[in-house]
Amino acid sequence: MPRFGMVIDTRKCVGCMDCVVACQTENDVPHGFCRDWITTEVRGTFPDLRMEIRSERCNHCDNPPCVTCCPTGASHVEDFGKVVLVTANKCIGCKACIAACPYDARYVHPDGYVDKCTFCHHRTKDGIDPACVSVCPTRCMHFGDLDDAQSTVSQLLRSRDHHTLLPEAGTRPRVFYLR
Amino acid sequence: MLELTNTRHNPLIDPQLAVWSWEIPVYLFLGGLVAGLMVLGGLAMRRVARGEDSRAFFSMQAPLLGFVLINLGMGALFLDLTHKLYVWRVYLTLQPTSPMSWGSWVLLLVYAALLVSALVRLDEGWPWLARRVPALSRVSVALIERPAWLAALGWTNIVLGVAVGIYTGILLNTMVARPLWNSAILGPLFLFSGLSAGAATLHLASALWPGRPAPQGMIGGAFASTVQPIGAQPPAKHTINGLIRYDQLFLVVELVLIALLLVNLYTSSASHAHAAALIVSGPYAAAFWGLVVGLGVLLPIVWQALELSQRVRHTVVPAVLVLVGGFTLRWIMVNAGQLSHIVPVASLAY
Repeated sequence: MPRFGMVIDTRKCVGCMDCVVACQTENDVPHGFCRDWITTEVRGTFPDLRMEIRSERCNHCDNPPCVTCCPTGASHVEDFGKVVLVTANKCIGCKACIAACPYDARYVHPDGYVDKCTFCHHRTKDGIDPACVSVCPTRCMHFGDLDDAQSTVSQLLRSRDHHTLLPEAGTRPRVFYLR
Repeated sequence: MLELTNTRHNPLIDPQLAVWSWEIPVYLFLGGLVAGLMVLGGLAMRRVARGEDSRAFFSMQAPLLGFVLINLGMGALFLDLTHKLYVWRVYLTLQPTSPMSWGSWVLLLVYAALLVSALVRLDEGWPWLARRVPALSRVSVALIERPAWLAALGWTNIVLGVAVGIYTGILLNTMVARPLWNSAILGPLFLFSGLSAGAATLHLASALWPGRPAPQGMIGGAFASTVQPIGAQPPAKHTINGLIRYDQLFLVVELVLIALLLVNLYTSSASHAHAAALIVSGPYAAAFWGLVVGLGVLLPIVWQALELSQRVRHTVVPAVLVLVGGFTLRWIMVNAGQLSHIVPVASLAY
């Protein structure tokens, strides 16, 4: 079974938000909500400034606090791809998972259940990249099996300096950002 | 300098997390209060089982009042759910790592324990029901006549009460993303706050209509059995004083636990210190120091000490203050906790 992850090259990302729009279209994300978003981080003191533009989403953590706190098992780690998914008809809308997520990646769908990025599970189980990855005009997003040493994501992580978001939370996120 | 801009705009998540509103503090407060009632009720049952009937006046009130209040609390929790029709899913599984799952199952036991305990003094507390359903009356007699059963029921109440009291804190405690909740002291703190709220509630209930004959009817009898002391005479002064002594102990322990919580957070990571500052010197400081520590703990301790030493006249004001402080503690912890977040190490200035 693969263990999916995403690698995003922040040197190529221009923050065009194509990934955000593609996700909303592909997944019928309700108006006013988003499963992925763009964060722009500027660091330093003028004139020594450094900007990093990131496409962020659920990190599909290896140690997901949203899954361990769920009282019904609605939030779960799917066998195929080890992605974190929510089964809508098991979710009671207690919102514990939202409070437990350090990345604020979840939201309450207008229909009542909790929703989030699925790494486009309906596509990836057929071998197709997630919608956000497919449409990226700068080809800065890469998707694949982290357990396969020959996959693009594994090779990029071996060859490039990278970081994850809030590693101090101990969640072991699987969305990586190349510096 | 670190500047972050973000295009995310999810309701209740941005600009700051606010998924839990008034319902959760109400649920946590009433859950803790019922835990306190169960522990005190359990202690009273053990006294009755040993033949000491002196404080048995609240052995009827505590479980039935607890039953009413836990239903109010669960009602608030139900209102908070956003996918309400699927609430039954909680009882199709036990998720070992989820405190909420454990708590849901423990609450079923709590319901059962409270209902059985409410039968202990059914004949005196709610004669209408005892007449209409003789089977319940027979259970009541069976419990009263078998001290070992009553003692076991008392212990059951005490154990379940402690479990629920701690659960209301542990529920928040396990969420790594909110540093204000990441202290194991939250469980004992909410337990002792619940115990003092339970003692204060019994204090209030026993002072409402002391010594008047209980209404015999269906509705009046049910109401009276939750808030009125059993018996034609008002509760003896030493029983009220006993309740106040319990409350004093709970309040002092609560004060120590609040101090330990702050020490624990401030001596932990930058995220935890940042979270503690929200209640110590930040937007919740006035409510925390004023309503929780000042009016909710310190003033009742001093006031009740003066009452016990007979320097001031006995009133129910300290009991009301304890309840206000107990609710404010939950309200602050839920709201400030949602505001707290992990401070990225990379953002710290060196």
